[in-house]
Amino acid sequence: MSAALLDVTDLKKHYPLKGGLLGGTTGYVYAVDGVSFQIARAETLSLVGESGCGKSTVGKAVLRLFDITSGQVVLDGKRIDDLSTGALRAVRRRVQVVFQDPFSSLNPRMRVRDILAEPIRNFGLAKDGRDLEARVAALMDKVRLPRDAVNRWPHEFSGGQRQRIGIARALAAEPDLIVCDEAVSALDVSVKAQIVNLLQDLQQELGLALLFISHDLAIVEHMTHRVAVMYLGKIVEVAPKRSLFAAPKHPYTEALLSAVPVPMPGKARERILLKGDVPSPINPPKGCRFHTRCPYAFDRCRAEEPRLNHVATALDPGHVAACHLHDLPAAENPLAVAKGAALVAA
Amino acid sequence: MASASVLSPIEAAPPSGVAAAAPLPDVLPPVKPKKGFIGFVRRNPTMAFGAALLLLMVLVAIFAPLLGTVDPTALAPAKRTREPSALYWFGTDMLGRDVYSRVLYGARVSLIVGFSVAILASVAGMAIGMVSGYVRLLDSVIMRVMDGLMSIPPILLAIALMALTRGSVQNVIIAITIAEIPRVSRLVRGVVLSLREQPYVEAAVAAGTRTPAIILRHILPNTLAPITVQATYICAAAMITEAILSFIGAGTPPIIPSWGNIMAEGRALWQVKPYIVFFPAVFLSITVLAVNLLGDGLRDALDPRMAKRL
Amino acid sequence: MALLEVENLQTHFRTPDGINRAVDGVTFHVNAGETVAIVGESGCGKSVTSMSILRLIPEPPGKIAGAIRFQGRDLLTLSDREMRAIRGNEISMIFQEPMTSLNPVLTVGRQIGETLRLHQGLSARQAEEKAVEMLTLVGIPEPRRRVREYPHQLSGGMRQRVMIAIALACNPKLLIADEPTTALDVTIQAQILELMRDLKRRVGAAIVLITHDLGVVAEVAERVIVMYAGRKVEEAAVGPLFNHPKHPYTQGLLGSMPKLGSSLHGDEGRLAEIPGLVPSLKQKIPGCVFAGRCPQVTDLCHKVAPALEEKAPGHVAACHYALKDEALAA
Repeated sequence: MSAALLDVTDLKKHYPLKGGLLGGTTGYVYAVDGVSFQIARAETLSLVGESGCGKSTVGKAVLRLFDITSGQVVLDGKRIDDLSTGALRAVRRRVQVVFQDPFSSLNPRMRVRDILAEPIRNFGLAKDGRDLEARVAALMDKVRLPRDAVNRWPHEFSGGQRQRIGIARALAAEPDLIVCDEAVSALDVSVKAQIVNLLQDLQQELGLALLFISHDLAIVEHMTHRVAVMYLGKIVEVAPKRSLFAAPKHPYTEALLSAVPVPMPGKARERILLKGDVPSPINPPKGCRFHTRCPYAFDRCRAEEPRLNHVATALDPGHVAACHLHDLPAAENPLAVAKGAALVAA
Repeated sequence: MASASVLSPIEAAPPSGVAAAAPLPDVLPPVKPKKGFIGFVRRNPTMAFGAALLLLMVLVAIFAPLLGTVDPTALAPAKRTREPSALYWFGTDMLGRDVYSRVLYGARVSLIVGFSVAILASVAGMAIGMVSGYVRLLDSVIMRVMDGLMSIPPILLAIALMALTRGSVQNVIIAITIAEIPRVSRLVRGVVLSLREQPYVEAAVAAGTRTPAIILRHILPNTLAPITVQATYICAAAMITEAILSFIGAGTPPIIPSWGNIMAEGRALWQVKPYIVFFPAVFLSITVLAVNLLGDGLRDALDPRMAKRL
Repeated sequence: MALLEVENLQTHFRTPDGINRAVDGVTFHVNAGETVAIVGESGCGKSVTSMSILRLIPEPPGKIAGAIRFQGRDLLTLSDREMRAIRGNEISMIFQEPMTSLNPVLTVGRQIGETLRLHQGLSARQAEEKAVEMLTLVGIPEPRRRVREYPHQLSGGMRQRVMIAIALACNPKLLIADEPTTALDVTIQAQILELMRDLKRRVGAAIVLITHDLGVVAEVAERVIVMYAGRKVEEAAVGPLFNHPKHPYTQGLLGSMPKLGSSLHGDEGRLAEIPGLVPSLKQKIPGCVFAGRCPQVTDLCHKVAPALEEKAPGHVAACHYALKDEALAA
C-alpha cells in the first residue's frame, strides 16, 4: 500500500524496568511488541482494546512523543521515526492529537486565543497579525464555539467545550492526520454525541485521516472505516468495520463484542465470558498471547505464535486475523461462521 | 427497533389540565454570594487573616519611628531592667534600652530576612529544579548534591556557613538561602517532572513548540502556584532560623536589634525579668503564624481539587 | 410496604456562591429483592442520592431533608450509633474505585471479617471461615490463599469481587452499587455484571444501581429512574423505558447513544444531540429543569415545573407534553 498516508511497520516500544541494588535494567515492559498498520488519506482507523494493551503507546509513537525501540513509521512516503529534532518539527504539523481528559489537555494559564495561536505561530502559517486573528476566529467557527470566547480561560468552559478547544488546537496546524486518544471517553453521553458528530463533520469537510484510539466499541462502530483490535501489545485482527462487526475472526474480538452491554433490555444474545485477567506485559505468555483466556485454545496456540493472515471465510478480502483456528478445516473452526449479529443482539 | 420509538416526537398539543409539581423550599438559609473584597475574605478566611496580620507587622516595621519609640540602641544604665509600665511599655533591658522600641525595630530584621530568603531561595531553587527536571543528564548529579545538602539540618548548615564569615544581615540571608535551596529545588523538579507528562505539554510538543517555549509558556507558569506556597513556608522558617542564629550569637550583629538578639540578651535574666524574652518571642510567633496562615490559605485557594467545589 | 421509601429527598450544599441543590425533591421506592437503577449524567445527583440514603453526606456543608424510610424506619431520625449499625450490615455499598475503597495494609480476609465481627460478633476464626466462604461465593479461585493476600496483589476485577464480598458478608437487605463497573475493562465488566446477576438470584438482596451507562442498566435492572439536574424526570420498568421513553431527556439520551451492531443494518446516521448544557444547580429553577435543552419546549415549561404523572401503567414522567396512554388519558 504505497498510497497510505501513514504506514507503521513492526513498531515496538519496550520500557526498561529499573530495579535491584545498582538500579540496572531487570526486565522490560513489552508495551507495544510488533505492530503494523496503514491509514489512507481521509480514512478513520480505530485502535481498540482494553487498558494496558498498548493502544495509547502506539498513538504516542506515531506522534513521536518518544523514541521507539524498533520498527518504522512512514508518513506520506517519508520515514519519520529516525528524524532529528530539527527535521521532525516540519513533519509535526501534519500529525496532531486530541487527548482524553478535557481538563488536563489545556494549559490552565493560557487564554483560548493563545492556545489556538501557538501551533499557527510555530509553523509560521499566518502571514501577519490580522491573518492570525482571522485563523483563530475561523477555528472557533469550525468547532462551533462563539468567536468572542477566545478571550476566556479554559476553566470557564465545560468538558465538552474544552474538548472542542482541544480539537480546534489540533486543526490549527492544518494536519493530515489526527490521533484521537480516547477523545470522547471522558464525556457524558449527550456531550459525547456532539463531539462525535463534530469529528465526523470535520473529517468530511477537511479530508482528515483519524487514528481513533478507544475502548468503546459502539462509538468505534459508529465512527470508523476500519478497526484494528489490540491485545497485550499486538494487533490480533484488522478489518473493515462491517466485516469485523458482522463476522469477527479472532476469539478476543468475539469476546469483546459479546461483553459490551447494549441498551436493549431482554434481547437474547450469545455470551462469551472470558476467564481471568489480562496477563502482565512484563512477562507475556508464550505462543499466542491470548491462549490463557481463549475459550478455543488448543496445543498449537501454546507453542506457536500466530501471524496476521487473510481469513478465507471473511466477508472482506482486507480482513486479517492472527489465529490458528483458521488453519483448521472450516467444520472445526468456531469462527468460520458470521455470528456478529448474535453477539451484539442486533 | 427500539431507536424508531426513541426518535418519535412527543405529543405537541398542550395538555388539558396542567399538572404542576409542588415547589419545595430550600433546606438551607440563602447564601448571598458576596463579590469583591468581602467575598474574597469569606472564601479565603485563613489567607485573609494571615495576610492582614502580616501586613500589620510590615506596617509596624516600616513606621516603627512613628509609633512612640525612642532610639532602640540608646543606653541608659540608670534605667536598667524597669518592669513594663506606662512609660516603658515593654520595660527596659539590662543596659536600660527600651524593649518596646527594640522589638518594633527588630521586626525590620526578621521581615527583611524572611522575605529576602523566600525570594532568593525560590528563584535559585526554581532555576536548579527546572534544569534538573528538564536536562535528564544533569539531574542525577544535581539531585545527589541536593540530597547531600539536605542530609544536614538547615540550621546546622546555616551555623556552619556563618562560622566562615562575619555576622551581618546580608550574610545571614545568604547562609539561610543556601540552606533552603535544596527544598525548593526538589519541589520544583517534582512539579516539572509531573507537568512534562501533562497532556497539554504533550500536545504542545506535537504542535511543534520548541523546548525553551515549552518551559517558559507551559511549565514555568504552572510551577508558580506551588512555589508561592512553598515560599511562604520558607519565609517562616527563615525568620525562625534568623532568630536562632542571633540567639546563639552567630547571626545579626548585637548592635542591630533583632528578636533573636533581644532574647539572647534577656536570657540571663529570664527567671527574674521574663518580659525581656517574652515580648520578642510573642512577636516572632505571631509573625511566623501570620506567614504560615497565609501559606495555608494560598495552598487551599490554589489547590486544583479545591477549585472544583460543589 | 416497600423495603426502602425515599420521599421528597433534598440534599443541598452550602457553597460560598450560593446553595447547590444537588438533589431537589426525589421520591422513589425499592421493593425487597428488586434491582432499581438510577441513571443520569454527571452532576445529576445520582451519587448524592445514594450517599444520602446511607447518610454519608458531611453536614455541614450539606443538609439532607425529606424522609428515607428503610423497613419503615426513617433513617434521617436515627442517631449516629443506630445508623452505624445499619451501614455495612442491613444496607451496604460498593464504590466505583476498587483500589481506593480497600485498605492497602490489611489482608482481604481481615477486611471481609471486620464487618462480620463488628455486626455479628463472630470470633476471628469464624470470621476467616466466613471470609473464605464469601470469596468462594464471588468466584475468586483459591479462596484459602487469597484470603491472606493484600489488595495490591489482586487485579482490578478481583478487587471489585472482594468489594462485593465485603458488601454481601452480613447478608444485607439492600445493596447500593455506585458505578460498580465503570473503572473496569469491558471483559471484566461482563464478568462482574454476570456475578451480580447470579448473586441476586442466590442472595436475594435488593440492589440500587447508580450508573451513567444505559447498557449496564439494560443488562441488570428491573426498574429505572432517570435523573436530571437533581430531579427525577422519569421512572419505568426497564423494557418500557428503553422501548417507549416518555420524557424528552430520556429520548435524547437514548438517541445520542450509538448502538452496537448498527453497521450490520446500515443504520449509521448522525447521532442525535442534546444541545446546550446542564443548568446550574445554584439557581432556583422555577419551571422544568430540562426546558433549556428541550426540543419541544414551550412557555409553559419555563414557568411551571411539571409534576411526575403516570403516563402509562407504572410509567411516570415529569413532562407537560409527554403522551399518555389511552387507558390513562380517559
